Amino acid sequence: MTTSKKSTTGKTSRWIMLAGVLLMGLVYVLPLWKITLEAPQYPEGLGMYIRINTVEGVEANNLNQINNLNHYIGMKPIHPDTIPELRIMPWVVLGLIILGLLVVWRWKRSLLTAWLSLFTLVAIVGLVDFYKWEYDYGHNLDMENAIIKVPDMNYQPPLLGSRQLLNFKAHSYPAAGGWVIFFSFGLAVAALVMEMKHEKSEPGSGKDE
Amino acid sequence: MKFLKNQKVLLSIVIFIGLSILMVACPATKEGIGTDDAAVKTYVPPGEHDEFYAFMSGGFSGQLTVYGLPSGRKFRTVPVFSVHPENGWGFSEETKAMFNTSYGFVPWDDAHHPELSMTEGVPDGRYIFINANNTPRVARIDLSQFETVEILEIPNSAGNHGSPFVTENTEYIIASTRFSVPIPEADVPISSYKENFKGTLSFIKLDAEAEEMSLDFQILVPGYNYDLAHAGKGPSRDWAFFTTYNTEEATTLLEVNASRNDKDFVAAVNWAKAAEAVRAGKAKEMPAKYFRNYMDHDTRIAHSEEKKTVRVLNPADVPGMIYFLPTPKSPHGVDVDPTGEYIVGNGKLATVLPVHSFSKMLKAIENEAFETVINGIPVLKYDEVLAGEVQDPGLGPLHTEFDNKGFAYTSAFITSEIVKWNVATREVVDRIPTYYSIGHLMIPGGDSKQPWGKYVVALNKITKDRYLPTGPELCQAGQLIDISGDKMKLLLDFPLDGEPHYAQGIPASLIKDKSVRIFELEKNNHPHAIKSEKQARVERDGNDVHIYLSSIRSHFTPDNIEGIKVGDTVYWHLTNLEQDWDVPHGFAVKGANNAELLVMPGETRTLKWQPQRPDVYPFYCTDFCSALHQEMQGYVRVSPAGSDVPITFNGR
Repeated sequence: MTTSKKSTTGKTSRWIMLAGVLLMGLVYVLPLWKITLEAPQYPEGLGMYIRINTVEGVEANNLNQINNLNHYIGMKPIHPDTIPELRIMPWVVLGLIILGLLVVWRWKRSLLTAWLSLFTLVAIVGLVDFYKWEYDYGHNLDMENAIIKVPDMNYQPPLLGSRQLLNFKAHSYPAAGGWVIFFSFGLAVAALVMEMKHEKSEPGSGKDE
Repeated sequence: MKFLKNQKVLLSIVIFIGLSILMVACPATKEGIGTDDAAVKTYVPPGEHDEFYAFMSGGFSGQLTVYGLPSGRKFRTVPVFSVHPENGWGFSEETKAMFNTSYGFVPWDDAHHPELSMTEGVPDGRYIFINANNTPRVARIDLSQFETVEILEIPNSAGNHGSPFVTENTEYIIASTRFSVPIPEADVPISSYKENFKGTLSFIKLDAEAEEMSLDFQILVPGYNYDLAHAGKGPSRDWAFFTTYNTEEATTLLEVNASRNDKDFVAAVNWAKAAEAVRAGKAKEMPAKYFRNYMDHDTRIAHSEEKKTVRVLNPADVPGMIYFLPTPKSPHGVDVDPTGEYIVGNGKLATVLPVHSFSKMLKAIENEAFETVINGIPVLKYDEVLAGEVQDPGLGPLHTEFDNKGFAYTSAFITSEIVKWNVATREVVDRIPTYYSIGHLMIPGGDSKQPWGKYVVALNKITKDRYLPTGPELCQAGQLIDISGDKMKLLLDFPLDGEPHYAQGIPASLIKDKSVRIFELEKNNHPHAIKSEKQARVERDGNDVHIYLSSIRSHFTPDNIEGIKVGDTVYWHLTNLEQDWDVPHGFAVKGANNAELLVMPGETRTLKWQPQRPDVYPFYCTDFCSALHQEMQGYVRVSPAGSDVPITFNGR
């Protein structure tokens, strides 16, 4: 009886974990983050997506337009080819997916915990890096050639939320791929919680064989 | 009881006085319009879009103008047949070829009749065509760019008035010559008119895939004047109808001499049969000289090709191809109702409006009910083709448009009114004055199988006291009239550009979403385009100097140029590097003898410049592009001929 119950719970949480890991694959097609710029002259919208391996306009020419606007304030143009993170990120996520699959295969709580910790670490490092990237673009301006100079003004977009930058209101929020990551993380946590609950109600189960 | 009665009387007096005050306080306007109602119906709130595009011919301006309905707001002039220095149309090296004709560079014309391309007899919003009356030509305007992309000259034609009208699926764009002329061109006495002069009906084929118009064939017709045309639809889809006047064949004082005959003709042409005859080799190839000018899609450079022959069909060689329908008194417009059954001949001097029946016409042809035969063209008996006459259609009926409820609307120039009548019963049901002297009228889709019968626009020739005076030269105007109810109702007066003749209307939804916003820089295949500021440069080639100039907010690259000499021919090749919506840049250089340029995002345009004296010349952007537009400027140094100042320029 106990054996069957134990295996059922283990199965469900394992499936949930598998789903979470596989879902992460979507970040290769969905954008992670979206920065939107709003101004009266842009009723059609202006914005960019940060994807796992590139930065691109929401509409075909948006990045070009944003770069052209940014030259007024001396911001350096955003060239996705020159951002090393965009080359590293696909491998980091691939690593997480492979490790996640290993966890599902071996299915040990300790491995799951370790994987979640690694995931958390990657997420924190990613967000800090993103913040630093925004800080760099927003602060390190070419004041020599900037056309519009506002004392003490920086143009760092918010990590999360909205901010008025001269005539533009900048909004920064996770895009579909970002939500997928949160969701994957949530599923893995759920799997862990289920395992822990199961262990509590069935002492001795869930331990390493 | 008595007291009560008195009270009632008192009350009615009070009400009467109250009403009188109200009526005095709210005086009716001149035409008795309920102004509030009209204002609401034509009001398009700020930021909202009009329901319809209206394309108005520019008449003597040679251009096409674009308006919104019901607001009557003007959006744009599309330059077509007349040069347009404000954007360089006809002045830039890329657009000059659009003006080539067998008479050389013709910088102007008189454009009368816009006509939308159709699919299944319904305007589809792909192209609009318009005629050049003076130097016979037909232009095709692409409605994704609102730009003239092709102009085809028509040989053996003089006064290309009855043009361009399209068949149900835009298989053909038809055109007729107003003046009959010696064919081929010849030096003959004018008095030899009857012997030497002929008319032509032209059939231009549109190859939509190749984006090319070609003159497929012409039909040689008697030496009358040919006035207007319309293609059939539905059952009459294989036919086209042309009005004639001056069947008297007069050459002088036509106002009298061409008004003698009781009836002239509507020529009914079975174009499908004519095309078949051409394919069967029944046409004669005739020498002719005419031009086709077109804008290359990838380079956006206009090219000209000279054509040397045209195929001509003689009616005597193709029996059953063309018939004459007698029609009273110098008919002007010929209009086919949405069902394709009724053909209205607008006899401008007639007191009645004849409506021919297509099915009766077929029967008359079958029964050979001919009055006579002229040059191989059978003249059908009037009574055998007539569906009926509209009595009292106003004086000087010119044109008829249709709604989607079985009514026709005829403009009457002399009595200055629109007369509404029932197509099936020919009964007049309503009339409304126009201010003043209406020529054409337009209902969106009103000459198609599917009219959007909400408004009719009166296109008036005379305005006199309708607007603030502007000296002797006054505007022409449109009047928007609500035709959604039983009674027509004047809603709005609005001045128009040039002299509007015909117009076309189409729901905005069929065009606006496919409107191009920018030209993609990557796809710019102009041989002198530059894709980035790094490629900006100045190159000397003998006495020619090519300046590869770029513009992006808010500077030109290069903006300091030296080494130009008097005697040089300088080509400013300006590429607008912007890829942003609604950010054109302009270009102007001091003393330019031609024009300025307006360059759209991603486009390259070239201005030829031959400086006459040594100096340092300023150049600048003419389109307010950004907050620092006023800083968008540069200098070009011009040294005396023979000096040894080398070519230098700054880069980025």
